[in-house]
Amino acid sequence: MKRRTWILASAAALGGVVTGGLSVGLLLRHDHFESEARRRTQEPGEILLGGWVKLSPEGAVTVYVPHSEMGQGAATALAMMVADEMDADWARVRAEQAPADPAFANGFFVQAFLLNGKEVPEFAQSAVSLGFGEVARLGNLQITGGSGSVRLTGQHGFRSVGAAVRAMLVQAAAEEWAVPAKELRARDGVVSHEASGRQSEYGRLAAAAAKLPVPENPRLKTKAEFRLVGKSIPRFDIPDKVVGRTRYGIDAQLPGMLVATVKASPIHGGTLSSVDAAPALAIPGVRKVVKMKNSVAVVADGYWPAHQGLQALQPSFMSGFGAATDSMGIRQSMESKLSAGGRTVHSRGDVGAVKDGPEISATYHVPFLHHATMEPINVTARWADGRLEVWGSEQDALGARANLQKISGLPLSQVTFTPMSLGGGFGRRSAPKKDHLEQAVEIAKAVSPRPVKLIWSREEDFAQGTYRPAVATRIAARLDKDGLPASWTQAFTDTPGLINEGYPLVYDIPNQHLVAVDFLSHVRVGAWRSVAHSQHGFFTETFVDELASHAGKDPFEYRRAMLETRPRHRAVLEAAAMHGSWGKPLPTGWGRGIALVESFGSIVAEVIEASLDTDGMPRVHRVVAAVDCGLLVNPNTGRQQVEGAVIMGLSAALAEAITIKDGAVVQRGFPDYPVLKMRDIPQIEVHFVESEARPGGLGEVGLPPAAPALANALRAATGKAVTSLPLRDHYSAPARQG
Amino acid sequence: MTIPITLNGQAVAVDADPATPLLWIIRENAGLTGTKFGCGIASCGACTVHVNGAPVRSCVHPVGAAANARITTIEGLARSAGLPEGELHPLQQAWIAGQVPQCGYCQSGMLMAASALLATTPEPTDAQIDEAMTNICRCGTYPRVRSAIKSVAKTTKREAT
Repeated sequence: MKRRTWILASAAALGGVVTGGLSVGLLLRHDHFESEARRRTQEPGEILLGGWVKLSPEGAVTVYVPHSEMGQGAATALAMMVADEMDADWARVRAEQAPADPAFANGFFVQAFLLNGKEVPEFAQSAVSLGFGEVARLGNLQITGGSGSVRLTGQHGFRSVGAAVRAMLVQAAAEEWAVPAKELRARDGVVSHEASGRQSEYGRLAAAAAKLPVPENPRLKTKAEFRLVGKSIPRFDIPDKVVGRTRYGIDAQLPGMLVATVKASPIHGGTLSSVDAAPALAIPGVRKVVKMKNSVAVVADGYWPAHQGLQALQPSFMSGFGAATDSMGIRQSMESKLSAGGRTVHSRGDVGAVKDGPEISATYHVPFLHHATMEPINVTARWADGRLEVWGSEQDALGARANLQKISGLPLSQVTFTPMSLGGGFGRRSAPKKDHLEQAVEIAKAVSPRPVKLIWSREEDFAQGTYRPAVATRIAARLDKDGLPASWTQAFTDTPGLINEGYPLVYDIPNQHLVAVDFLSHVRVGAWRSVAHSQHGFFTETFVDELASHAGKDPFEYRRAMLETRPRHRAVLEAAAMHGSWGKPLPTGWGRGIALVESFGSIVAEVIEASLDTDGMPRVHRVVAAVDCGLLVNPNTGRQQVEGAVIMGLSAALAEAITIKDGAVVQRGFPDYPVLKMRDIPQIEVHFVESEARPGGLGEVGLPPAAPALANALRAATGKAVTSLPLRDHYSAPARQG
Repeated sequence: MTIPITLNGQAVAVDADPATPLLWIIRENAGLTGTKFGCGIASCGACTVHVNGAPVRSCVHPVGAAANARITTIEGLARSAGLPEGELHPLQQAWIAGQVPQCGYCQSGMLMAASALLATTPEPTDAQIDEAMTNICRCGTYPRVRSAIKSVAKTTKREAT
């Protein structure tokens, strides 16, 4: 056994096949990466243990987190998981974002495991498509997404890292004192030996521990043994955020830095044909106009002159095939595609054999949605002396660096990326989205050797988004003699290249046939908080209410009857109904709706009370969410994530829509893309339903049930069923046209 | 053109086009990055600062219009309330106690709007909070912002009685 090793949770644990304790495998790593990891983190006297935890001689513990902080509190939760298994002194633990270096690639383990000729263990074969698929996608590089920080990195990596480090420290003490390791106790950063009264702090043992092999199967704590996990420990990042000290990408400041702003072809896929630079150059403070393939940038001494310069330009763009497209055309072309058939993604029983009973069908639509992160897109770059240095707020720091290397054509060693905090992500700042990186590199070349910060205006941020796709679906079902669905047939449009985990039904329906129909328009799309669950939750859960209505059943009891074989789901549904006062009287004109969606390993049900306001618009009064996320690491942070996701889900359901006219996005800011504000916020309660399951995600899971629970509540209040979003289109008068 | 302003208690002579929004003077000239750019059209509130104690969306407020004014940013909020260096404003303390921020980008603006509200309305009703707090938060921290404001209003009330 080589001494210096990295830890890798085994294939089985990654795939979720083994539900008991984790078995931890070992992956020998290249010395190059290990020395690089040490070089990037260790100051004299400091010791990096287990690959991700650094100890100082004074006992300070630094956990290197391979995720970006964008509001989800993952750094604190992951440090808690390491520190708990390690029995570290929490007062001396802190978290730091890992450097954007392959030595800290989160998915490096998975990749290496898969690619270095290792076989997938036989017992895990069945998990390959499901488990490895998920891990390879989410674990790739340093991505922050898929609600995966705690449930994947934490559960499958960092707990084992903490346990291994603890075991190494204990072993180091045992060897020094020549006593058996099992006689030693580790607690709050100190190893002690009761019989001899000897004790030693972790910091003093670290150097000796680093010379020991990383144990292959460190014992993980049971739930009862946790001292940090399960507690509402305050987040590390909040004190800086209340005094304006947190540095986001947009706060990068470098000597001699210029500021640029840009306008790209409003019709995605278009190119810049011509622009007269003179009007911009006439503005004091403007330094340069940079013409690029599909955009033009103005570089100036500050944002204001750059903005004015850009306003003064009248670029003309070659628009390509997208120019004739509008939202209605996209909608019609999706609908016609639905009838043409596609890939079968799930089949159970034989839907064709179910011929009795009335067929109920509906066609649903959802619009494009924008992330509208509060921090507009920005990135800072310096191109000098054959090197490219970049600072920014990205969801995948290492992925961004890899993109920058490709864009620049430089060797990776000559490209650095310094990750900064994100003013919101929601999918917008993940690695595949690199227009702004391409622009920044080109602008930096043009003003080399001076550094330049590229800031998109809010208008540009809206016009050049990577939207949640507009999606259509057609669902048909036949009910059995009890009114429950005997068959469920569904076709939905699907975006090639975008993961869709949204369609499996949580209900036990004997005959199912689901078909995905690939659909792309010229409008750029991408992952948006909860990805495909954001639309499928709405489709499935409003259609279930449609079925319940035909069956003459209560929507809660109807769902409950379809969950006989799913006790976790049933418990969550019941908890939401109980806390949400299901069946209790409501004021006149109010309605109550319920919805249940499983996503990212967690199960969430929401009960919503709503009515129409005096102006005829929907008003949400109360939201009760019940959440089974398995092991809950930090209840307060978890509650915070669910509250936020509920609000974003309601916001999208009520009023958000990106529409297309003459090929371009119509909306250019918050005035025509209204998001919820303080006055719109209902009472929100979050109840966690305890279960023994491994951790599920929390960053996104509160979102998908919000839209259907609200639509169902309004249906209960008004008797009117809607089949498209946003809801305001159905209630405002006159009806809006997309 | 030189424009005199008082920024977080310090007299500053700003050399800039008077039409330049105050936001960019604060962020780029003074290097105080706690005040955020969110929209540039006063629709989101991320850039909220105090001008002579009143909440102002600095992205549309020309620096020329702030001549001779007292400007307070998030970095100077506690001191503007008469607190010694290193101490937090009661709202900042409440923000930590209530674990309010998520991504945090809008929170400087939220805190500046909330502190201006409490300065004139020490015990705001929900309707007054709705009216004053029109800042946008995409993470959905609104319920916690409201609770934190109310917790400070309550403390003030207790201290006064």
